Amino acid sequence: MAAQGAERYIANDGPSAVVQRSRSYAALDRRDFLERAAAGGLLAAFGWTLPAYAQPSSGLTRDTKDRRPGEPIDLYVRRADFSPGAGSGKAITINDTVPGPLLRLKQGEDVVIRVHNELDEDTSIHWHGLILPYEMDGVPGVSYPGIKSGSTFTYSFPVRQSGTYWYHSHTGLQEQLGHYGPLIIDPEGPEAADYDREHIIVLSDWTFEDPHDVLATLKKLASYYNYQERTASEFLRDAAANGLAATVSDRMAWGRMRMSPTDIADITGFTYAYLINGRDPGSNWTGHFIPGERVRLRFINAATMSYFNVRIPGLPMSVVQADGQDVVPVETDEIQIGVAETYDVVVTTPQVDRAYTIFAEAMDRSGFARATLAPRPDMTAPVPALRERPLRTMTDMGMDMDMSSMGGMQMDAEVPTHVGHGAGVQDAMGPSIAADSMDSMVTGGSMEQRAPQAAAMTGMAGNRESGSCVPGMTPCTSPVVGRHGTADHGPGNTTVAAVQRNRLGEPGTGLAQVGHRVLVYTDLRRTADDYDARSVDRELELHLTGNMERYMWSFDGHKFSEVKGAIEFNHGERLRLILVNDTMMEHPIHLHGMWMELENGHGSRIPRKHTISVKPAERLSALITVDAPGRWAFHCHLLFHMDMGMFRVVHVA
Amino acid sequence: MLHSANIKKVMGLSAWVVPRLVILVGLAVMSGAGQSAETGSQALPGWPEPVYDSEIFNYMQLDQLEYRSSDEPDLVRWDALMWLGGDYNRLWVETEGQMASDGEEGELERFDLEYGRLIAPFWDLQGGIRYQRNWSVGADRDRVAAVLGLHGLAPYKFEIEADLLVSEDADVQVQLQATYDVLLTQRLIFQPRLETAVAASDAKDFGIGEGINSFRLGARLRYEIRREFAPYIGLSWSRKFGRTADFARAEDEVVKNLEFVAGIRIWF
Repeated sequence: MAAQGAERYIANDGPSAVVQRSRSYAALDRRDFLERAAAGGLLAAFGWTLPAYAQPSSGLTRDTKDRRPGEPIDLYVRRADFSPGAGSGKAITINDTVPGPLLRLKQGEDVVIRVHNELDEDTSIHWHGLILPYEMDGVPGVSYPGIKSGSTFTYSFPVRQSGTYWYHSHTGLQEQLGHYGPLIIDPEGPEAADYDREHIIVLSDWTFEDPHDVLATLKKLASYYNYQERTASEFLRDAAANGLAATVSDRMAWGRMRMSPTDIADITGFTYAYLINGRDPGSNWTGHFIPGERVRLRFINAATMSYFNVRIPGLPMSVVQADGQDVVPVETDEIQIGVAETYDVVVTTPQVDRAYTIFAEAMDRSGFARATLAPRPDMTAPVPALRERPLRTMTDMGMDMDMSSMGGMQMDAEVPTHVGHGAGVQDAMGPSIAADSMDSMVTGGSMEQRAPQAAAMTGMAGNRESGSCVPGMTPCTSPVVGRHGTADHGPGNTTVAAVQRNRLGEPGTGLAQVGHRVLVYTDLRRTADDYDARSVDRELELHLTGNMERYMWSFDGHKFSEVKGAIEFNHGERLRLILVNDTMMEHPIHLHGMWMELENGHGSRIPRKHTISVKPAERLSALITVDAPGRWAFHCHLLFHMDMGMFRVVHVA
Repeated sequence: MLHSANIKKVMGLSAWVVPRLVILVGLAVMSGAGQSAETGSQALPGWPEPVYDSEIFNYMQLDQLEYRSSDEPDLVRWDALMWLGGDYNRLWVETEGQMASDGEEGELERFDLEYGRLIAPFWDLQGGIRYQRNWSVGADRDRVAAVLGLHGLAPYKFEIEADLLVSEDADVQVQLQATYDVLLTQRLIFQPRLETAVAASDAKDFGIGEGINSFRLGARLRYEIRREFAPYIGLSWSRKFGRTADFARAEDEVVKNLEFVAGIRIWF
């Protein structure tokens, strides 16, 4: 078996590929290469296509930084067999692995990365979260024309920041086929966090279906992958528990909207295998530690469509970084990580000879990714059962009352329309303004522009105890910060958030009642003293919209192809970007080239993010220092949403 | 099972439909290939678009392909549709009908060729032409009608098809069809179905009388082995009214019937 596998492995690569690979790995990380060579036999035996850092118990430690800053890096994009779990498919690999190799850079260096396209189609690599010249950002059609088949593009840019990032294709649906990898930048100075060892945890989703077939399926029947719909037996169960009248009125409310509260994820475990470092739960990626060590885990959600709820039963996690930016450490037990976000945590292992399970449950709970932290190989820890799938609520629908799920009896419990967090909130975010913002949308610069509002959204952060919006519980207490105008954003949009809340203090979908601590956005405070205290020059408001029936996704009801030109940012300005989610699902909104500083109530400590997950019917804002001239992509990072039109170009001049 | 004369009829129909279909598909694709070459987002002309959100997709659905058994002669019935296009503009082909299992007589209730436009989040407005044909041993009649339809998902999740017809003889008829899916399990689905029609005038050759024509109530239980492939069984009860019933009696047809149905539902 092993011999056969090895032969196949070599035959696939060919001699020239071996040379290329050794060159690229030498350039990357010599220890990676040696580990890879040593593990090659095992790797080949199982037909796995894994990078060195993802080898079992590779135990990448802090000092594995053998690449000299400035040494060029070569990346080869090509198709290769990839066999997670029982299946076997063709992936788009980078240097033959899924995920791609670890790029370990040093803050302050000038990096040169040569990307060789060995596919028979165009490709690209975007460095997610990196601040760099726009020509190096890697978005075909925005920063450059892309990388043609058989050609090489040389990226060259100064590395200004440090932290945990990642990279991925920005071409078509290639990312779904494995075209992504981790990118870690070591700081010039000492690390802010204290730890003895680190592991990179790349979360992703994999399907053996052709992604274009997945898209076509969603176009034909958007609920195709949802096998967690509410059924007749659930109706009987709810009726027995909550009474017939309440259950009927709940079903009627959802029916009237033509929506399903089980619509949590477009694509589910029905087709997805959820992976950690390219491994499915059965093959259990294992990271080594010595009991007593403090282990830094760099979580990267490289999934195309899947949010994960991550926990390590038995080990509290101290969150030290979010989206590559150091934050004031905050201890938690579970983190909901949106697509394209990263979180770094430090776990302090006790002096006990035991293993721990890293459990990453898909948000809709149709599946999970799993890995193990263990002092010795082959040790495992119990794997938790999947929890019951969550339901959307009337709060998610932007409705006034919480009468969702089992909560029909709460129909008369009205949510206050005014909140005590300072006068002027309603004025600032009130209906007339929201209504105005609907109109000017046919041009590309479809964002509403208006004078800055002093009150805005800072200081209105919901507090995590009161910010509970749970099905069947007391009405949602997250503050109402806006109401929708009369515009419905046209046939490309099915719902509007009539009632818009500040939900930054709420745990994500399904995590309101888990009985332990959950990270919320209001927990995040930057450590750096680099807040740009200038007043806001301008505000832009953008609505996240979609029509699930036709699987259309858009901003302000318009797909990318329906707008002319770019959204204009003025170079040098301090901008407030207001996002209103009119849909009933989360959207991880990503701005290239500039940080979004999430206004979560922490003044000069508000966190910098490259990707902000906007909850259903949420209204939030971010401050942007517009300091990066050029053309930048701005989009929902759910790959199929982006591809279906939830995308804009931002032009800074 | 299919009689050769019957096959000829189908071929004749194809000869009428196919060239028209090709022309319309061509038009739809050309106009619907939606994404303008220049959205103004590119820095330089000739660069690709960053995303392609206006692709053309196509869908085929055989909602009913079933065998019907009752006190009357057994029938084969079909109800199928196809669309081709983008998010807003689609070309629709829909056909529905039934024939005796010996092929001697049958009814092509509709063969629609329509352009559909998404006019509201859940609603498609469709306009086009309908071809109808009734054949039996002694008679063979057909007609063409203009059709204006509203298809979509109504509040409370009823799938609705409402069609207004004006035939070449200026007969006006409104047809309504509603279905509702009840999930017994994730894969076992019960679907009640209601079909009715109202006519403004008689169209005797097609057995249509002024006023409410008929009701057809169906109940089908399907099991989705895959979402795309579901065998089903069910009952269909139909009743004709007024002058429509009179025409049926005159042709020795029943005005009331309860049928057992078994079939498959397929889409791709």
